[in-house]
Amino acid sequence: MKKELLLELKNVSAGYSGQNVIHDISLLIDEAEIVALMGPNGAGKSTILKAIFGFITHTGSILYEGEKIYPSPQNLVKMGVAFVPQGRRVFANLTVKENIEIGGFSLNDEIECIRRAEHLMHLFPILSTKQNEYAGALSGGQQQLLSIARGLMTQPKLLLLDEPTLGLSPKVVKEIFKTIKDINEDQKTAILVVEHNLHSLLPITDRAYVLAHGKIVASDTGGAIAGSDILEQVFMGKI
Amino acid sequence: MEYIFHIFILIFIYGILAIAQNLVMGSTGLLTLGGAAFYGIGAYTAAILATKFGVNIFASLALAPILAGIIACVVGVSFARFRDDYFMLATLGFLMIFHTVVRNWEELTGGAYGIAGISKPELFNFTFQTPASFLLLALAIFLLTLGISYRISRSSFGRVLNAIREDEDALKIFGYKTSSYKLLAFTLGASLSACAGVLFASYITFIDSNFFTINESLLLWSMIILGGIGRNRGAVVGAFILIIVPEFLRFVGFPTEFAGLLRQFIYGSLLVLLMLFRPNGILGKYKL
Repeated sequence: MKKELLLELKNVSAGYSGQNVIHDISLLIDEAEIVALMGPNGAGKSTILKAIFGFITHTGSILYEGEKIYPSPQNLVKMGVAFVPQGRRVFANLTVKENIEIGGFSLNDEIECIRRAEHLMHLFPILSTKQNEYAGALSGGQQQLLSIARGLMTQPKLLLLDEPTLGLSPKVVKEIFKTIKDINEDQKTAILVVEHNLHSLLPITDRAYVLAHGKIVASDTGGAIAGSDILEQVFMGKI
Repeated sequence: MEYIFHIFILIFIYGILAIAQNLVMGSTGLLTLGGAAFYGIGAYTAAILATKFGVNIFASLALAPILAGIIACVVGVSFARFRDDYFMLATLGFLMIFHTVVRNWEELTGGAYGIAGISKPELFNFTFQTPASFLLLALAIFLLTLGISYRISRSSFGRVLNAIREDEDALKIFGYKTSSYKLLAFTLGASLSACAGVLFASYITFIDSNFFTINESLLLWSMIILGGIGRNRGAVVGAFILIIVPEFLRFVGFPTEFAGLLRQFIYGSLLVLLMLFRPNGILGKYKL
């Protein structure tokens, strides 16, 4: 069955303080697929996510479900896009349950919010056992799961994940990637993920884009990118 | 006995102020020095309405929070772009403007002479004239304020305020318009402070601008830091201690020529020691 196009970037440039960090980025994300953005530090991966979510202004076009959008976090959340930021950013002095419930603001329905929070507790059993503990007391991996669970409160069509395994142990990294794959398969959520951890990520991706110096230098299936030498060239600074 | 009633009336009035300050600063993380200004707006509203128009203090208890809320709304919208210490400096500016206006608008506020002869509250031909009756009124309004604040802290609105305090940018990711929440917390805090101002003016029966200086705002800061930021009961404990301790020190028997200075010294030392050994305050959730 052919998948519908969900998000398209056409010649998007963006940056900070008037200085562009990404240049003429064009990429596609179909519904229910996992797409990876890879590249060395400073390549502009996180900047692409920030431009998509409206945290920074951009030139060029961003199309969501075929329509040009002018992104802001408020609009995108309503449209079905969720963003899980780098560094987890859980609210340390709120409980696990409160953290999850706070992700459901745009639902505007407290009962539905509680129902979905309970559903997510089933999907993330480790969070269920710690639901009344302060988020600040969780381990790094548990905080990352909480951050992802919080992003799923609105049952998004597209989940943007910024470095979800940063600073986590290999065992936890494996668990996080399994969770990402499960979410994708069970809920048909499209996922755009920025990640350093290439070996764990590529096997689960449908498509990958490789960035260097703010430009896309390669795009293909995860398997094809893993089999080529493009990543070595990019990470060794040969491109 | 009347002296004890007097102390407890002050504890309840400052308890209301500390709860309001805790809502704005403790729960939401807005560093404001404007608390004394809204306290003053409440007091002057009651004083002016009572002395110039004969309005009952109970009517002022309804009108002053509305007026303070409207002013807080305008101030809050104007200061919406500021965060942290910039917001604090902006609210200090607002306090200075308030102080200058009440000190110089003599026709309305009495200027440096203040306003005397403020009436006591009356309800169904009963005047809250005695300290005991006024204590009951102050207790009722204090409990009402505590109840409102407790409900807020247990609500989803309260959770959003706590999240703003922790990481406002992270909250925006979920579509929250955090500026609206901050404005609402600031306005609610101002309205509650104005209630305390009405009570104070009616209790003391005389006010001037010296009651509403930055010292008063700093006292409110001290109360919630000492009691523990982010907790209503911390604010109440802080108010209790910082009203009781100076009164208690009156009876220690310091030589009269040094009594005032020594009281200030002990009072300051207590705060320094607390910050050194328990920076979260007595019952606090957060450090400043």
